[in-house]
Amino acid sequence: MKILVAVKRVIDYNVQVRVKEDGTGVVTDNVKMSSNPPDDNAIEEAVKIKEAGKATEIIAITVGEEKSQETVRKALAVGADRGILIKTEGTVEPLAVAKALQKIVDKEKPDLVFFGKQAIDDDCNQTGQMLSALLNWPQATFASKIEIKDKILEVTREIDEGLETIEVNLPAIVTCDLRLNEPRYASLPNIMKAKKKPIEIFTASDLGVDITPRVQQIKVEEPPKRKAGIKVASVAELVSKLKNEAKVI
Amino acid sequence: MSVLLIAEHNNKEVKPFTLNAISAASQMDTDVHVLLIGNNCGDVAKALSEMSAVKKVLHAEAAHYENYLAENFAPLAVKVSENYSHIVSSANTFGKNLMPRIAAHLDISQVSDITKVISPDTFIRPIYAGNAFATVKSTDTKKCITIRPTSFEPCETSGGSAPIEKIEATEEFTFSKFIKREEVKSDRPELGTARIVISGGRGMQNGENFKLIADIADKLNAAIGASRAAVDAGYISNEHQVGQTGKVVVPDLYIAVGISGAIQHLAGMKESKIIVAINKDGEAPIFSVADYGLEADLFEALPQFLEELNKLNSIQK
Repeated sequence: MKILVAVKRVIDYNVQVRVKEDGTGVVTDNVKMSSNPPDDNAIEEAVKIKEAGKATEIIAITVGEEKSQETVRKALAVGADRGILIKTEGTVEPLAVAKALQKIVDKEKPDLVFFGKQAIDDDCNQTGQMLSALLNWPQATFASKIEIKDKILEVTREIDEGLETIEVNLPAIVTCDLRLNEPRYASLPNIMKAKKKPIEIFTASDLGVDITPRVQQIKVEEPPKRKAGIKVASVAELVSKLKNEAKVI
Repeated sequence: MSVLLIAEHNNKEVKPFTLNAISAASQMDTDVHVLLIGNNCGDVAKALSEMSAVKKVLHAEAAHYENYLAENFAPLAVKVSENYSHIVSSANTFGKNLMPRIAAHLDISQVSDITKVISPDTFIRPIYAGNAFATVKSTDTKKCITIRPTSFEPCETSGGSAPIEKIEATEEFTFSKFIKREEVKSDRPELGTARIVISGGRGMQNGENFKLIADIADKLNAAIGASRAAVDAGYISNEHQVGQTGKVVVPDLYIAVGISGAIQHLAGMKESKIIVAINKDGEAPIFSVADYGLEADLFEALPQFLEELNKLNSIQK
């Protein structure tokens, strides 16, 4: 079984994101970048499946600028066998990413494609479902548990009401929740080894995919600031404030 | 052109966020048609038809629509989409799962999780866990939109008499199969719509200690929330998680107990009207968004809080 894992380079989750003064976006210069957190879970799950002898090859793929290779390298360092970069510039919307990935799926014919359930930069939560639609494959989104039963995958999904279990036939798309597993850290020797693993590079035009954005970003603004609150000295004072000042209880 | 709203329901009742989605949809165009896909869901069709903002209900029934699999729902939405300018649903796990599948089939670049409708093609949506708000304009002729339910008021549930048009079901997608759903039944208000939410974090130390939170929730008729740290540690189940990858809540009162206030948690609650933080670490970032901060050991503060509430003559419901 071959597994394709889609990863994305994003502003590190610990960074306090700031809006640019001219309202054209957020500040990315000299800001720490990392792999999108749930994508780490996606890679981890693929590596676990391979370690269990149920997969033969893991390909890590990303769509983004040249530097996005760092994110692919990280995946290679934790156990992916080879990488693919679809090199782009500027904003690439989830639909365009899904179309580019579709071309790679046609070529590589994986049995499974893993995604993180959502990228923490644009918070779109679309790409996995979109690829699944384009391929007309089953989709198991927000997965917190995966069990492989021959050509069928049993997936527990996190939904608003609690948990849902579905079975999907392979090939299938899975989008991974942060609770799916505990991503490992790459060891130094594996980081060194990863440098020798191949990364194939394509452009969108190599693949014949139009990635022109369809959604124009008109402006980006700071959220409204909350006015500073106060510290209360005791529980009695807190309850009194909630009752008499805020009038919420 | 009209707006097609995809209803979320459980075959018996309309789910509450559908009402918020109908309100949002009616800001895009007042001719709102609701697509109801389900199994033996006649009562839901009737309830939808009675909502004043709904102008028509398209109702499809089939056994394979029972459990809302996106693989079964999307082809029908695509089939009926032709006469509509917008396809809308809520940005909860139902709509997040379904809408991109519809959008990709229609070759539309979806706009997710909008908090405001500026005009029929321009919307505001939070990005970077709500640390920035983007105004975006869709240039696709047809739009696929998911809406953040807590940013729109629920629509009226009466005053209408929309026609119910039966439509034919699409074929079953046989490669995906529903097995089971484990819903946690609770007498408390739903987290997404509760007037008061009290949440616990890693500071709770274990699942048993959430009893301290539950006692106060009962007294205040509040829903119980949690940080991701508390859910990951197994103190409480996933449907309680508030934050960027959990639920977004906007209650009148949000009480954060033993929660440090990571960016990802703040994303899910910082629009709440009044925020209370109880934490023994006076430097915790949660205090920066709190209207009332109490620097205290939660194991002393929570029992006292309950005691003080018991002293009150009345508590708003």
